[in-house]
Amino acid sequence: MDKTINQKAWFLVLPVFLVVAFSAILPLMTVVNYSMQDTFGNNQFFWNGVGWFKELLDPSSDLGGRFFASLWRNLFFSAVILSIEVPLGIVVALSMPRDGWQVAACLVILALPLLIPWNVVGTIWQIFGRPDIGLLGYVLNGIGIDYNYVSNEFDAWATVIVMDVWHWTSLVALLCYAGLKSIPDAYYQAAQIDGASRWAVFTAIQLPKMNRVLLIAVLLRFMDSFMIYTEPFVVTGGGPGNSTTFVSIELVKIALGQFDLGKAAALSLVYNLIILIVCWIFYTVMTNAGTERREKQGVA
Amino acid sequence: MARIDLVDLAHAYGNGADPESYALKPVTMTWRQGGAYALLGPSGCGKTTLLNLISGIVTPSRGKILFDGVDITPLSTQKRNIAQVFQFPVIYDTMTVGQNLAFPLKNRGVPKAEIDARVAEIARLLDLTPYLGRKAQRLTADAKQKISLGRGLVRSDVAAVLFDEPLTVIDPELKWQLRSKLKALHRDLDLTMIYVTHDQTEALTFADTVVVMHDGRVVQSGTPAELFDKPAHTFVGYFIGSPGMNIVPAEVRGREARIDGHTIRLERSYDHLPAGARIEIGVRPEFVEVASPAPGLLSANIERIDDLGRIQFARVRLGEVKFAAKVPAGFSVPGGVAGLRFDPSHVHVYADSRLVEGVA
Repeated sequence: MDKTINQKAWFLVLPVFLVVAFSAILPLMTVVNYSMQDTFGNNQFFWNGVGWFKELLDPSSDLGGRFFASLWRNLFFSAVILSIEVPLGIVVALSMPRDGWQVAACLVILALPLLIPWNVVGTIWQIFGRPDIGLLGYVLNGIGIDYNYVSNEFDAWATVIVMDVWHWTSLVALLCYAGLKSIPDAYYQAAQIDGASRWAVFTAIQLPKMNRVLLIAVLLRFMDSFMIYTEPFVVTGGGPGNSTTFVSIELVKIALGQFDLGKAAALSLVYNLIILIVCWIFYTVMTNAGTERREKQGVA
Repeated sequence: MARIDLVDLAHAYGNGADPESYALKPVTMTWRQGGAYALLGPSGCGKTTLLNLISGIVTPSRGKILFDGVDITPLSTQKRNIAQVFQFPVIYDTMTVGQNLAFPLKNRGVPKAEIDARVAEIARLLDLTPYLGRKAQRLTADAKQKISLGRGLVRSDVAAVLFDEPLTVIDPELKWQLRSKLKALHRDLDLTMIYVTHDQTEALTFADTVVVMHDGRVVQSGTPAELFDKPAHTFVGYFIGSPGMNIVPAEVRGREARIDGHTIRLERSYDHLPAGARIEIGVRPEFVEVASPAPGLLSANIERIDDLGRIQFARVRLGEVKFAAKVPAGFSVPGGVAGLRFDPSHVHVYADSRLVEGVA
């Protein structure tokens, strides 16, 4: 069979195709394959159709119960850390110096937590919070607060949340700071002339000018916290009980702990789908906010 | 509304130990209540600095600012009761046009009924009434700048309204309209207005007093006619008018000036010129006429003729010296050589760039 010169161009695409196939498509299809089957080890598989998905989405079943419990837990966690990190990040950004060497110092200090690997962050807080040798745990217990993240659910949650705030507020603060820096001086001068109070400057100038970066910050922090695994796993291992078992931790328990490949595959596909949908919603909202602004520039 | 006095006011950015490096060199002057002023000068001459000193955005390195005799130098911008419009539109994105206009009044706790009346009036004067309910963010740059102007004008009690090149972003045709509008507003509202610009047309059409700045110094302040007829500084002569004033090194003795071996008669006598100063004479091209060469006239070579429509100017050369001169209607040059006829009453003498008054 003679090939035309044009079709040799396919060879140029081939490397990319192979890379994508082996890195994304084949693993994903493997997961899809697992999600339709049941296995009892020994590489023996039995066809199960959409059985796992039905069970997963039925809160009264064991699998569905665990999935929804971890999902709500995870959403609650995301909501809590967002409601702390976003306002705190804005406050930090607002109180940063606007020029001078202090700016560089602040930026470096803020960037430090972001540079620490997840499992190291987990280990730091795991030790920091221990009542016997950790500074935080020892001091808290020393002043009469019964703090123990291993046995107390509230303490475990508090530790995980404070750890996330410590690790990631910097990101929100840096994004907000970038947004604030892009506001021309004339706005502040005009606000002075107009007699605006500090609060009015914030609501009329700074917040509206930061809304794009805040949207990005919320998106990044939501996705990150929704997929969180390493830090809480290192600190609490998902406990006490299941109290800090987030979706990814549940997934690993099912897949590697129980070796229920079918259930885990179904869960990970649904998990993936939720993330894709949330991403799509955020992306649509963000791009629409942008185009709407551009289109309406021409009016009047 | 107030009279504004600047007393020995100067400013340097940074520590500025050297007085020559001041962005604004010491100035003492008075802005009378209700005047329409233009601050005219090239970029970097210190006019925005002077404006920001008056509004309090910048604190002066030395000197005082008085509003109606009261020293307000240490007061913050908010307490100074001054309005300022900036070069680029500043609008509050989340507010409607109406809310934008009301913002300066609302911040000062003006009663609602009064705010509404005032906003309605300013919107009417600036043709913004149809847009009052719209989000300001979605308007064009022109409309946004009108809102900025409106916010500057909305307070009736301000000591002065300061404009910092407010029409830079506006299209030329609209620029003309808005400038006339500002002029009308000045008459209607009886506000002191100070208008910063580097465009002489803008300054001369807007203001009844033009303050010319050069290199951090106020070099002359006067009516457009004064600036044109009797520039106090060679810079004013050169900067105002198109083409600018002819400024030529000369030897002046008594009632005569000698340029390049030729003699020009002067109307006044200059017997006591400062010794060692650089002496120049200045004459606007409008008061030099090219004519057919004749005895008694300076003869010059015509290099080219610029046709400005209603008037023609010849670019001529007198030895080393270049000159611009008016070409009478219907004049044609035989052989490219022409005589120059000066109007002696408009020939001025400058010593080290400053005008010297002659003795009649």
